[in-house]
Amino acid sequence: MLFGRPHLLGLEGLSAEEITFLLDTAESFKEVSEREIKKVPTLRGRTVINLFFESSTRTRTSFEIAAKRLSADTVNLSAQASSASKGETLTDTARNLAAMRPDAIVVRHPSAGAAHLLARHVPCPIINGGDGAHEHPTQALLDLLTIRERKGTISGLTVAIVGDLLHSRVARSNLFGLRTMGAKVRFVGPPTLVPRDFAELGAELVYDLHEGVHDADVIMMLRIQRERMNGRYFASLDEYSRLFCLSADAVARARRDVIILHPGPMNRGVEISSTVADGPYSVIMDQVTNGVAVRMAVLYVLVGRRKDAGAEERAEHAEHEEGEDHPGASDRAAERTGGGHAAPATPNPPGLAARGRELS
Amino acid sequence: MQASPSGEPRRVVLDSAGIQRAVTRIAHEIVERNRGTERLGLIGIRSRGDLLARRLQREILRLEGVEVPYGAMDITLYRDDLTRGADHPVVQATEIEWEVGDKLVLLVDDVLFTGRTVRAALDSLMDFGRPRAIQLAVLVDRGHRELPIRADYVGKNLPTARSDLVQVRLAESDGVDEVSILSGPTLQPDRATPASSANSDRPAGALSAQRS
Repeated sequence: MLFGRPHLLGLEGLSAEEITFLLDTAESFKEVSEREIKKVPTLRGRTVINLFFESSTRTRTSFEIAAKRLSADTVNLSAQASSASKGETLTDTARNLAAMRPDAIVVRHPSAGAAHLLARHVPCPIINGGDGAHEHPTQALLDLLTIRERKGTISGLTVAIVGDLLHSRVARSNLFGLRTMGAKVRFVGPPTLVPRDFAELGAELVYDLHEGVHDADVIMMLRIQRERMNGRYFASLDEYSRLFCLSADAVARARRDVIILHPGPMNRGVEISSTVADGPYSVIMDQVTNGVAVRMAVLYVLVGRRKDAGAEERAEHAEHEEGEDHPGASDRAAERTGGGHAAPATPNPPGLAARGRELS
Repeated sequence: MQASPSGEPRRVVLDSAGIQRAVTRIAHEIVERNRGTERLGLIGIRSRGDLLARRLQREILRLEGVEVPYGAMDITLYRDDLTRGADHPVVQATEIEWEVGDKLVLLVDDVLFTGRTVRAALDSLMDFGRPRAIQLAVLVDRGHRELPIRADYVGKNLPTARSDLVQVRLAESDGVDEVSILSGPTLQPDRATPASSANSDRPAGALSAQRS
């Protein structure tokens, strides 16, 4: 099993092999989106719930398209329309959704740990679509895929992540992923937005943009998250952009073959100039394209596998050894060989046996 | 795949020269039956069917002086047993860079067994367009079909027991050209190496079931 985990809650703790497997799988899925018929039957009959307690256009759409291209059915729930606004707790919401037997829940929530909480209370795979300032694993995976595609490898690269690191789940997931894959990570921004603790996680902290992007192979710009800024982190947006807006000048300090990423949505003129965002080094649209492939890969890996190893194994045996006395004979074998006549070896769903008798 | 500790159950049924002759003959048959190579395209099913399709392409080039289009297909996403396999099948890329619409598509695989792989390949192919016709070429037909599917070109018909494993090794991926049968009952389930193509027609998870 190349990815045996039941959920994707974060990139922290994933091995390089697991990340590579997800990226390789995503790469294979890219081709599906280039077909005229952009759909494969892999997850036919499966249901994926997108549970979003924060506004999102890109991530939710990307997950929905990914699920649909795998033929899964999707249900979108947003905070405004959900029962959370009526006072239901997250756990209760999740339990109620789980009772409708979905095959995966993608959750985005303003609180760190929300996805982990769901994973403890819900029997289906949970995919973290962003939890507070904690992690956003699929975003980091699509960033890693974009970097690997352009650079051939991730190991040995210098990646400068610039901007509001304090509030950024994208930066955290990327830090875990990039470090595991062998890249050097710099966190660049004003001291108020680049907490010292990050040094312990293995990032090099730089408080000056030009110094921070010097000789970088990859520059990843972060959005200034005005909605999360309830304290004073800088004097004014003007001042921030004078010091930290990625301009052509700053880009010139990086390596000549630098690529520039941004998770979106961009604040043009605040953290990134339009010249750079639309310029030749920008791979921002590649990121969006790769996002669908990465999410297809994650859904495929988590949803497209057997639910109960033991039961399925027994079913396989039984099916291939018809007529033989097999202690593990399952419902399915009984259904096939007995058709309702023979007493099944293991408890049969009552409905099934009854139907068999009716037919015969 | 190694031999089991209880002796040597492996029996070689096609050696390098045998495989070469089979591929050459199939290439001749394809050209003869279709009166040339007009609108012909080859698509190999990964893994190893793609390698055989390449070989057929070279043979046809040698015979007719025409390089027919080639493609490779991964049918993992179309399998009917995804939720039943023991491991996650690794999805490889499908690469068909030509229009299959109105072509005579020749599907190529190494082993024809239950027919489920070919069923998946047919479904996948239909999502790429509407071929004029589809024909099937396999290196080995080992019987035990579970679906009404037959091959148009067969390298070797191989009577097998259901529990046997047919292993195809090709120089490009395995360093040697060889088809062998590994008798079922003596095999240890953990002896199967994921790299080898034992019964490519078989769901990966069913291997252990066959052996028991």
